[in-house]
Amino acid sequence: MLRIETQKQLGDFSLDVAFTSEGRVTGLFGSSGAGKTSLVNIIAGLLKPDRGVIAVDGEVLDDTSLGLHTAPHRRRIGYVFQDARLFPHLNVTQNLDYGRRMNGLSYDPAGHSHVVDLLDIGNLLDRRTGQLSGGERQRIALGRALLAQPRLLLLDEPLGALDADRKAEILPYLVRLRDETGVPMVYVTHDPHELRQLATQVVVLERGRVVRFGNPEILADTTAARIEMQPSEARH
Amino acid sequence: MLEITAAEWTAIMLSIRVAVVATLVATPLGIAVAWLLARRDFWGKSVADAIIHLPLVLPPVVTGYLLLLTFGRRGLVGAWLADHLGIVFAFRWTGAALACGIMSFPLLVRPIRLSIEAVDRRLEQAASTLGAAPWRVFWTVTLPLALPGVLAGMVLGFAKAIGEFGATITFVSNIPGETQTISSAIYTLTQVPDGDAAALRLVGISIVIAMAALIASEVFARRATKRLHGI
Repeated sequence: MLRIETQKQLGDFSLDVAFTSEGRVTGLFGSSGAGKTSLVNIIAGLLKPDRGVIAVDGEVLDDTSLGLHTAPHRRRIGYVFQDARLFPHLNVTQNLDYGRRMNGLSYDPAGHSHVVDLLDIGNLLDRRTGQLSGGERQRIALGRALLAQPRLLLLDEPLGALDADRKAEILPYLVRLRDETGVPMVYVTHDPHELRQLATQVVVLERGRVVRFGNPEILADTTAARIEMQPSEARH
Repeated sequence: MLEITAAEWTAIMLSIRVAVVATLVATPLGIAVAWLLARRDFWGKSVADAIIHLPLVLPPVVTGYLLLLTFGRRGLVGAWLADHLGIVFAFRWTGAALACGIMSFPLLVRPIRLSIEAVDRRLEQAASTLGAAPWRVFWTVTLPLALPGVLAGMVLGFAKAIGEFGATITFVSNIPGETQTISSAIYTLTQVPDGDAAALRLVGISIVIAMAALIASEVFARRATKRLHGI
C-alpha cells in the first residue's frame, strides 16, 4: 500500500498530490511537465517534499510535520530510470550484484537465477555495459533494481527511450514481473497503451494535480476524448 | 662523463623518496578537499579555494619562509610536534616532503576536482536507491569514475614535487644526504667551476623521470577512460 500526500514547489511549478493506492501496479499517467518524475523522486527520497506524508506498507518514510525524512538508501525502494543508469565501470554481473552488496544481503542463487530467467539476461552477464542495446540496458536495470530486494519498485518511463519494436520486446517482461514477483510497482508513462497492459490502478496527473484516479478503464475515456478531437486518427 | 657518482645517486634517490612520500600523503587529503570543493557549498568556500591555490602564485621562497616560521624548531606548530610527538621537519628530508607536498597541492587537487565534478550525479542517485550509503556511493561510484583525474593529479603533483626548489631550500636548506634533492644538487653544481658534467647528468635524469611519469599517467588515463565508457 502506498499513501501519498505531498506538496512541493519547484520554481514556477507546484506539485500538490494526495492519493492512496492498494494496486499491484499503480500507473502514473500524464503529459510531460505534469509532475510525474518529481513525484517519483519524492517517493524515492531523492527530493524532499515541502509538506506532506509518504508511507509505504504502513511505514512512514516522510512526514514533514514530524521533521521525518528517510534517506534514499534506507528506503528499500527500487528505481528504474528512463536512461537505465548502469554503472559504466562495472560489468553486467557486477551491476546486478550492486544492490545485494550495498544492502549486505547474502547471495541467493535461486533468487538470482529467477530474476535472470525472468528477464532473459543470462547471455549478457559477461558483457560490459557499453556493449548492450537500449532494450538490454533496461532489462539489466530492472534486474539490478529487483535483486536489491525492494519493497516497492518505481519505474520512470522505462520504455521512454526505446523505439516501438524495443518497447514491444520489453513490455512482456514487465507483465511477467508484475505476475511473478510480489513487488508492487509505480509505473510512470505518458502512453495509455502501456498502462492498459500493466496497471491495476491509475493516477492521472495534470500540471501537478491529480485529475483522475481509478482502474485503467479511466484511460479509455482519456483516449476517447483525444480521438473525438482528432477524427482522422480514429479511422486508423 | 656518464658515470653517476655516489653523491649524485643520493640526491636522485632522495628526490624520488621526497616526491613519492609527498604525493602519497597529499593524495587522500587532495581527494577529500577536491570532493568538498566539487560537491559541497559551505561558508568561506572561495577563501578556502584561494588558500589552496596560494602556493601556486606566491613566490616559493615566501612559502618556504612561512613553513620555517610555522614548522621550524621554534615555530608554533613545529615546537609542539617536536615536543609532543617527536616529529621534526626542520632540516630533515621529511621537511622537504612537507614543502613539496604543499607546493604541489594545488596541481594535485585541480584535476581531481574537475573529474569529480564530471561524474554523473544521476549515477550516484541510482546507487543510493540501490541501498548505498553516501560514503559507499563515494567509494564504489564517484571515486572509481574520477580515477583518471586522480591519477592525472598524482602525476602532476609528483612532477611538481620532484622539481620543487625554492620553498624546499628555504625551509630545509641544502644538506647533502638529508635535504639535497636533484634540484638543489644542480644548483650547488652550477656554483662550482667543474660542476657542468655532473649538473648535466642530473638534468638528464630529471628529464627521464618526468617523461616516465607523464607516459605512465597517459597509459593509466587511457585504460581508465576505456573502462569508464563501459567497453
